[in-house]
Amino acid sequence: MDIIFQVFPYAIAFTIPLLVTALGGLYSERSGVANIALEGLMIIGAFSSALSLKLLPNNMLSVWISLGIATIAGALFSILHAFASVNLKANQIISGTAINMMAGALTIFLARNITGSGNIRIPGGFIKVDIPILSDIPIAGPLFFQNTYYSTWLVLLILILFSFVLYKTKFGLRLRACGENPHAADAAGVNVSFMRYWGVMLSGALSGLGGGIYLVTFSKEFNGSVSGFGFLALAALIFGQWKPLGILGSTLFFGFATTISNVSQVIPELAVIPPMYLKIFPYIVTLIALVIFSKSSQAPKASGEPFDQAKR
Amino acid sequence: MEYVIEMLNIRKEFPGIIANDNVTLCLEKGEVHALLGENGAGKSTLVGMLFGMYRPDGGVIKVQGKAVKISNPNVANELGIGMVHQHFKLVHNFTTTENIILGIEPKIGFSVDTKNAAIRVGELSRQYGLDIDPYAKIEDISVGMQQRVEILKMLYRNANILIFDEPTAVLTPYEIEELLKIIRNLTNEGKSIIIITHKLKEIKAVAKHCTIIRRGKYIGTVNVDTTTEAEMATMMVGREVTFKVEKTPAVPKDIVLNVKDLNVMNNKKVLGLKNFNLEVRSGEIVGIAGVEGNGQSELVEAITGLRKIESGVIFLKGDNITKIPIRERIKKGIAHIPEDRHKRGLVLDYSLEDNMVLEIYNQPPFAKNGLLKKNKIREYSNKILKEFDVRSGEGGKSMARSLSGGNQQKAIIGREIELNPDLLIAVQPTRGLDVGSIENIHKRIIAHRDSGKAVLLISLELDEILNVSDRIAVINHGNLIGIVEASETDENEIGLMMAGINKDGGSDI
Amino acid sequence: MKKCIISLISVFLGLVAGAFLMWASGHNPVEGFVYLVQGGTKSISRIGDTIATAGPLILTGLSVAFAFRTGLFNIGASGQMLFGGFCATAVGLTFDMPRPLLLLSMIIVGAIGGGIIAFIPGLLKAMFNVHEVVSTIMMNWISYWVVYYTIPAYFKGTMETESAKLPATATLKSASFSKMFDGSYINLGILISIISVLVIWFILDKTTFGYELKAVGFSRFAAEYAGISVNKSIISSMVISGALAGLAGVIHYTGNASSIQIGVLPSQGMDGIAVALLGATTPIGVLFAALFFALLHAGRGFMGAMTEIPPEIADTIIATIIYFAATSVLIERIIDNAKRRKSAKLEMKEEK
Repeated sequence: MDIIFQVFPYAIAFTIPLLVTALGGLYSERSGVANIALEGLMIIGAFSSALSLKLLPNNMLSVWISLGIATIAGALFSILHAFASVNLKANQIISGTAINMMAGALTIFLARNITGSGNIRIPGGFIKVDIPILSDIPIAGPLFFQNTYYSTWLVLLILILFSFVLYKTKFGLRLRACGENPHAADAAGVNVSFMRYWGVMLSGALSGLGGGIYLVTFSKEFNGSVSGFGFLALAALIFGQWKPLGILGSTLFFGFATTISNVSQVIPELAVIPPMYLKIFPYIVTLIALVIFSKSSQAPKASGEPFDQAKR
Repeated sequence: MEYVIEMLNIRKEFPGIIANDNVTLCLEKGEVHALLGENGAGKSTLVGMLFGMYRPDGGVIKVQGKAVKISNPNVANELGIGMVHQHFKLVHNFTTTENIILGIEPKIGFSVDTKNAAIRVGELSRQYGLDIDPYAKIEDISVGMQQRVEILKMLYRNANILIFDEPTAVLTPYEIEELLKIIRNLTNEGKSIIIITHKLKEIKAVAKHCTIIRRGKYIGTVNVDTTTEAEMATMMVGREVTFKVEKTPAVPKDIVLNVKDLNVMNNKKVLGLKNFNLEVRSGEIVGIAGVEGNGQSELVEAITGLRKIESGVIFLKGDNITKIPIRERIKKGIAHIPEDRHKRGLVLDYSLEDNMVLEIYNQPPFAKNGLLKKNKIREYSNKILKEFDVRSGEGGKSMARSLSGGNQQKAIIGREIELNPDLLIAVQPTRGLDVGSIENIHKRIIAHRDSGKAVLLISLELDEILNVSDRIAVINHGNLIGIVEASETDENEIGLMMAGINKDGGSDI
Repeated sequence: MKKCIISLISVFLGLVAGAFLMWASGHNPVEGFVYLVQGGTKSISRIGDTIATAGPLILTGLSVAFAFRTGLFNIGASGQMLFGGFCATAVGLTFDMPRPLLLLSMIIVGAIGGGIIAFIPGLLKAMFNVHEVVSTIMMNWISYWVVYYTIPAYFKGTMETESAKLPATATLKSASFSKMFDGSYINLGILISIISVLVIWFILDKTTFGYELKAVGFSRFAAEYAGISVNKSIISSMVISGALAGLAGVIHYTGNASSIQIGVLPSQGMDGIAVALLGATTPIGVLFAALFFALLHAGRGFMGAMTEIPPEIADTIIATIIYFAATSVLIERIIDNAKRRKSAKLEMKEEK
């Protein structure tokens, strides 16, 4: 039981950036644009967050501001992907790959110009806090409300808000229509390009935020990568079958599986399993999940396909 | 007379072709106006301009007497013009209500007010006799019902002018009757309707006027009551059409294809073909008549090996081919003109040359020791292209994609007939072709029969089935309803059978 | 022809973007480019190094291009390359055989290793229609961790993070070859790359096997209709693609280097996508694109030494080129417009 209490905060810290990024991916794919640029967009977010923290005074407000900047930077950078996918009808996977490469190279280039080393250490970052009152609840208190980051609560709020928008609002209905059948949306007078821009830019914003949270809670240093979190978020999106609750489940799975493999050596029960198996376990499970879901995939039907009005 | 729509002297050019040349169409209030023409005559372009999908290069469009510029579909909607597309524009995993309100969603606070919208959908559905469940998902309802959702979508938007693009192509005879009833209801309620079609009988049944265009040119507008079907057909084609194909009586010999108790699943994982039995002999053409989606594709794909079967046996010239792979079936003498030439028939990014050997590229003389013999392939393909009059920019070197639809179809037919198969399966071989090419292809198919081979013809055009086939098998909901001699039957009998009612008066619906 | 022009324009735009970045960050772009090019071509030994750098890039580019031509997007070349290199290293460290035999076994085992890593996504795609982009990414991590734990456990070198050094006889290094290039680290690996280019070109263009693979790539349904075994094609082209990436690993880890490091996925995997795209997915195009990227890679160290410009400028330029290549529709449109305007002008002149 103690182990669970110890592991829990780490697992959540791992889950949260993944969750918010996967949610971003969901908005992009549900609007009909495949987005494997999540990794690159996270890098952009982490970089801009690190840079602003370096320049701003070292306090909590700066951390929040840096996350805001990361969100905006992600959204702006994702315009590159939206432009290629929507206006130019480019191959979305290639465009995404280009953005991943560009983000990795460009941010280090800039970081090196600024710090000389290519790494940016951040002075502070989020500190873990106990939520007053709630943290005193037995069992649930220590699990959920002690040692948590504010960003965790922010992301959960975003999850609720974005689920509501997706399923209940006019915007969500139109967005989903564009991802399933853009011709139907177009015929109904919905501006498909506009909606897809929104989808991609929201995914950029959330991935940027994800990158920022990754930096201020998890890595505390920018070094030109987010260790594959973006790709993992993509896998979590598919694992979660393009549904908000689904990705909450899949990112939690990744969070726990990875945290357990990281701490396995200090837990006697797990130390007997060779660490290699624990490390590759989440990826193998994902592959198996892909096979299981392949028959009944809920993938947005038009995701990855450029919308061409002339084709009917 | 008061016109709700006037399209006067419309001209529209696309690079290389004049799609509409001085075409005029005037729609009276409360009438059904048919727009008749062959495939590619420019019907869709004309109504496309009315619906704001294209802009005319010349001429005037007036709505309720006022000249208008319809720059996009939203403008058309505001003018009260709605279109029921041939391929429905529906989101498969949305409910009917969600599909109907998409684009003009009513709101309560921040969220969409689906509840009240559903009530309104229900009311409209009752008013026009559409019988739509507001909460059903599109993927769970029939094609005919989906079409009604499209209609209701327009009514919900208060459209007064409805355009139907080939609305009956996907419907069963019964559903067609229902649709025509709905169309009459709509005009009774004051709506004006343009219906695009090439089915003369339906024009006779509902339309008041009929405007005919041919190769982009305006031929005339006639009063349907005082014009015969033959007259309209002549106007459409430009010469007298007999619709009769010349052929000698069949001389059937040995059984080539024998299908026994075949059960096949369709894409929705339910039986699409049920205990199906069929024999096709050498020297005869057997036609399969039926409404789209009643098991024809499943039958063809089962015979060619493209689809797994649940149970049953398929014999070709006495050999059991039920379990052998596609390639082996081709080698044993099955050729297949597929339904969807873009999806199956051609590798669009291969040259025509490469496409002409699609099934035999690895056989001598086209290949030796795994290496392609490109000059042999070229000779062979040039022969086919010449014989079947396939026109392309750079001959055999042209990419298949660059050809017009008609030429692509001719290339496929040429390739398959050139294989000289014992069994030729032709699915919709003349879809999208002009009347001249249609006649030519019918001749080829009959010549193939006369050379002592078997032909299985699948077509949604009843005329084609009746004229070309020797025997006709009618299929409905995956069941074989009956087989009749083409010389001893008529459209009415086949039509009834297509609805599932067999000769003895029984029905399985 | 048109594709070639598009590639050249993409390169040009990428270089312009690079120049802009250098300028914007307060450096002299002309100086930067001069040193960048000099760094890769200044001396015979530097030219040799550039060619050696191109070796793995040619193969990963070929790997991605081959998959692309057959309708698959192999984003997992890094993992296949790592695992192929690992297998070859393992053979080199374990067996004691006459050199030609040893090298041959290392090459074959390396190719098989890469092929195995790609086989799984191929199989999943063929059997269950699992999209290869996600499955190859998963395989990247799987090979990353397998190598991460196996190297220290069985092939530990002087440092925790790398394998033991291969004996000189178990590498592709060749003294005479190196001498020819004035002491460059160029090695036999480049021959493997060039032979692979020729073989892949031959398979794609001349054989019935290539005809089948391309047919499946262009249109799975038409290929199935024609009786081509689609599943077999998908699996074989994925395995071949993986084997090529595996070979890249062989020449990278046992030719250009002589040990394998853990904890990094080789960057050539992703660069392979860039190479393939810039090379218009043709084997010959890949060869030239890889040489060009190798020049950028090889020259950046020299540029870094001579100026203050961070070496990542090279990767930024490459990434930008790829973005422009991916959005080549835009360039195509500009070319077409220019043509139209030109012909319109001509017509106007004639009318006058």
